[in-house]
Amino acid sequence: MQMKEYKPLIVAFCCNWCSYAGADLAGNNRLNYPADVKIIRVPCSCRVNPMFILRAFQRGADGVILCGCHPGDCHYTSGNYYTRRRMAMLFSMLDYLGVERERTRVEWVSAAEGAKFAATMNDFVAQVTALGENKRLEDLRCKR
Amino acid sequence: MQRIGVFVCWCGSNIAGTVDVKAVAEALKAEPGVVYSTDYQYMCSQAGQNLIIDAVKEHNLTGLVICSCSPRMHEATFRKTAAAAGLNPYMVEIANIREQCSWVHKEMPVGTEKAIILGKAAVAKVNLNTSLTPGESPVTKRALVIGGGIAGIQTALDIADAGFPVDIVETKPTIGGKMAQLDKTFPTLDCAACILTPKMVDVAQHDKIRIFSYSEVTEVKGFVGNFDVTIKKKARFVDETKCTGCGDCVDKCPMKKNPNEFNMGMDNRSAIYIPFAQAVPKVATIDAGACTMLKKGKCGLCSKVCGAGAIDYTQKDEFIEEKYGAIVVATGFNPISMDKFDEYAYSQSKDVITSLEFERLTNAAGPTQGKLLRPSDGKHPHKIVFVQCVGSRCAACAEKGKEYCSKICCMYTAKHAMLTRDKYPDTEVYVFYIDVRTPGKNFDEFYRRAVEEYGVNYIKGMVGKIVPEGDVLKVQASDLISNKQLHIDADLVVLAAAIEPDKSARPLATMLTASMDTNDFFTEAHPKLRPVESPTAGVFLSGACQGPKDIPETVSQAGAAASKVIGLLCKDKLTGNPCIASANEMMCNGCSSCERVCPYGAITYSDKEFRMPDRTTQIRRVASVNPAVCQGCGACTVACPSGAMDLKGFTNSQIMAEVDAICK
Repeated sequence: MQMKEYKPLIVAFCCNWCSYAGADLAGNNRLNYPADVKIIRVPCSCRVNPMFILRAFQRGADGVILCGCHPGDCHYTSGNYYTRRRMAMLFSMLDYLGVERERTRVEWVSAAEGAKFAATMNDFVAQVTALGENKRLEDLRCKR
Repeated sequence: MQRIGVFVCWCGSNIAGTVDVKAVAEALKAEPGVVYSTDYQYMCSQAGQNLIIDAVKEHNLTGLVICSCSPRMHEATFRKTAAAAGLNPYMVEIANIREQCSWVHKEMPVGTEKAIILGKAAVAKVNLNTSLTPGESPVTKRALVIGGGIAGIQTALDIADAGFPVDIVETKPTIGGKMAQLDKTFPTLDCAACILTPKMVDVAQHDKIRIFSYSEVTEVKGFVGNFDVTIKKKARFVDETKCTGCGDCVDKCPMKKNPNEFNMGMDNRSAIYIPFAQAVPKVATIDAGACTMLKKGKCGLCSKVCGAGAIDYTQKDEFIEEKYGAIVVATGFNPISMDKFDEYAYSQSKDVITSLEFERLTNAAGPTQGKLLRPSDGKHPHKIVFVQCVGSRCAACAEKGKEYCSKICCMYTAKHAMLTRDKYPDTEVYVFYIDVRTPGKNFDEFYRRAVEEYGVNYIKGMVGKIVPEGDVLKVQASDLISNKQLHIDADLVVLAAAIEPDKSARPLATMLTASMDTNDFFTEAHPKLRPVESPTAGVFLSGACQGPKDIPETVSQAGAAASKVIGLLCKDKLTGNPCIASANEMMCNGCSSCERVCPYGAITYSDKEFRMPDRTTQIRRVASVNPAVCQGCGACTVACPSGAMDLKGFTNSQIMAEVDAICK
C-alpha cells in the first residue's frame, strides 16, 4: 500500500529581534522553505523554557529548532548565551531519551540573514524527514 | 471566557494569492472562544480598521486575532485599532500569514493549511491574553552623538538648535572626520574645508554642545530615555582648558618622524601635534608612543615652551559618567586595507596610492601643498591610471574585499580625473571601471563633463596586474568593449578602495545591543520606513555607519536622525513595554536564580510578610521585578526552578498553548 508522503511537524522558536526578522526577510525575498515549519515568536531565545520543547515532542513534533541572535549580538546582551548552555544540556538529555540530536538544533540567524534562515529550514526539514516520525516522547493521550 | 474575533487579511493578492483566506476564516470559526470571523482585502486600511472596530462593538469581542503580515509590520497599527474600539491594546495577537506563509510557500493547499494552523496558535494564545498597562519612565533630555564627522556634526547641530544639550564623542583629537581630509566635493566642486569648518566652529561655539574629543564610549547601560554612558577621555597630556593652540610646542618637539594620520601617512608630524590648522578643539595632543618624555622621562621641551603651562605629563585617562535620553551612532567608515590586493603593487610602490591619499595630495593643506607630485620622487606625473571597484562588488573575492558597492567611488574618481585634467591639461588620465554608477542629482552630468569636456579616458575593464619597473608602473588591463589587452606605462596609479564601517562599530553595537548586518553596517529598524532608527529603542543611526553614503545623503540622514531624537526628547514621559517579567510571590522560594541571570539587574529580593492559611504570619525572602528596568527578555522565567517568574504577554501558558495548537 502506498503511504501518504511523510511530512514532518517542526516547531521553530524565533527571537523577536533577529531570527523572527530574518524569517520575515526570507518572506520579503520570497525564499521558499517547507510549510512544515511553524514559527512561534518569543522575545528572546532565552525565553524558551525546555518545558516548551518537551511539550512539543510530547504532542508529536518531529523536530524543534531554536533560532536566536548571533553570540554577542543578543538584543538583551546575554540571553543567547543562556540558550546555548541550556540547550546543550537539554539536547544531550533528549538524545539519551532517544530523541536524536538531528531532531533538535540551535541556530543563530540575524535580522539580515533571510537567506540563511531559509537555507537552515530547508536543511533541518530534510534532516528530520530523513529520520522519520518521532515516537519517543509522544504522549498517546494527545494523539493527533 | 474570551469572545474572540478573527480577521483574515487578503493583503491584495499578497496573501490571497497563496492562501484561501475564506477557508481560513471559516476554519477558525470552530476554534474555542471564536465568536466572529471574517476576511477583508486590506485589514490595515482605514476601512479594514473600521470593520474591526464595528465588529468589536457588534459582537462584544474581548480579544482579536489578525491573520495578516508580520507583527513587526502592523502589530502597533492593530493595537491602536483595538484601543480605538475600547479594548486593551494587548488583547491583540497577529498570525503572520504573509512573510512566514504566503510569501514562502507556493501552493494554495499548503499555504492555506499552514495559515489555519498559525491562526489556531494565535487564537490559543489570545484565549490566555490579559490586559496589560505599560509603565512610564522619565526622559533624560540630553543626547549623545558618537562620532564627530559630518554626520555627527550635523546631527548634533540640529538637535542642539532645537534646544536640547548634546555631547559629541570623537576618538580622534579633532572632530571633522573624513570630510575634513577631502579637497573638493562632487558634483559642485565646493571646497570641503570651506563648507565643513564653519560647521565645526558652530559646534565648538554652540552653548548646548560639548565635545569630548580623543575620547571613546566604554560602557552603555539603561534603556531608551535613560541611558547611563561611561566615556573614557584618553589622556592627551595637555590641559584642554589651558592650551591656546598656538603650536609653539609642535615646532619645538624634536620627535618629528611620526607618520601623519591626517595626511594618510604621506608626511610626518611631531610627537606633540595638532592634526590640522582648523582642528576643533584646537588643542595639542601628545602621542604617548612617540614622546621621549613619556617613554623615557627625558626631553620636556614642549612643557618649557608652552606659555600657557598646558602640558601635563602626569595626565591620566579620565572616565566620565553621564545620562542620556537618546544615542546617535555616527561612527562612519574607512577605506579597506590594500594589503590583500598585491596585484596592484600597493605595498611595492609608493606611486600606487588610494583615492583618499590622492585627495590629500591635491589638497592645499596636504603634504605637497596641493601640487600633484609623485610620492616616490616628487616629480609631476604625466600619465595617471585610476582603478575603480578595488575591493567593492567583489562577490567572488569575499575574503579580500566586499560584496557591496561602495557607492561614492564612481563620483569621486570622476572628480579626481576632472580636477587633474583641469589643473594639469598635459596629463593623460585613464579610468578603468566595471560600471559607472551615477544616480544622484547632477551626478551623471558631472561624469559626462569629465568625459566630454575634460577628455578623461574611461575604459570598461579591470586592471589585471600592475608591475613597478624603474620609475614607471606597468599597468596590464583589458578593454572589454574593443576586447583588447592594454599596456599602459603609468606614472601614478590611484586605487578606489572599497569602504567599510569603522572598526569601533562592532564593539559599540554590542554595548548598545544594536544589530548589525554581515558587513558590520548597523541595521535599521525598517529598511524603507524607519531608516534612521536602529531596532533598539533610543538608538539612532546617522551617516555611513548604516551603509555607504555620500555627503548630501549623510547630511540629510543626519537631519532625519536629529528630528527623531528631538521627537523623543520632547516627551516628558515614555510609555514602556508592558511585556515584562513578574514574580508570583506565593510561589517564589527566594533562591536568587533569576537575579543572577537578569542582564539588567531588574530583580531585587526583599523580605515580605505572608499570611498563611493557618492564620499565622511568615516572613519570606521573595523576588520582585523593577518594571522600569526590566526589558522583557524572559531569561529569569526559565531560570526560575519553582515557576514563579513569568513574562507578561509571553506567559508559559500562552507559549504552551501555541505549541499545543501547532502540534495538534
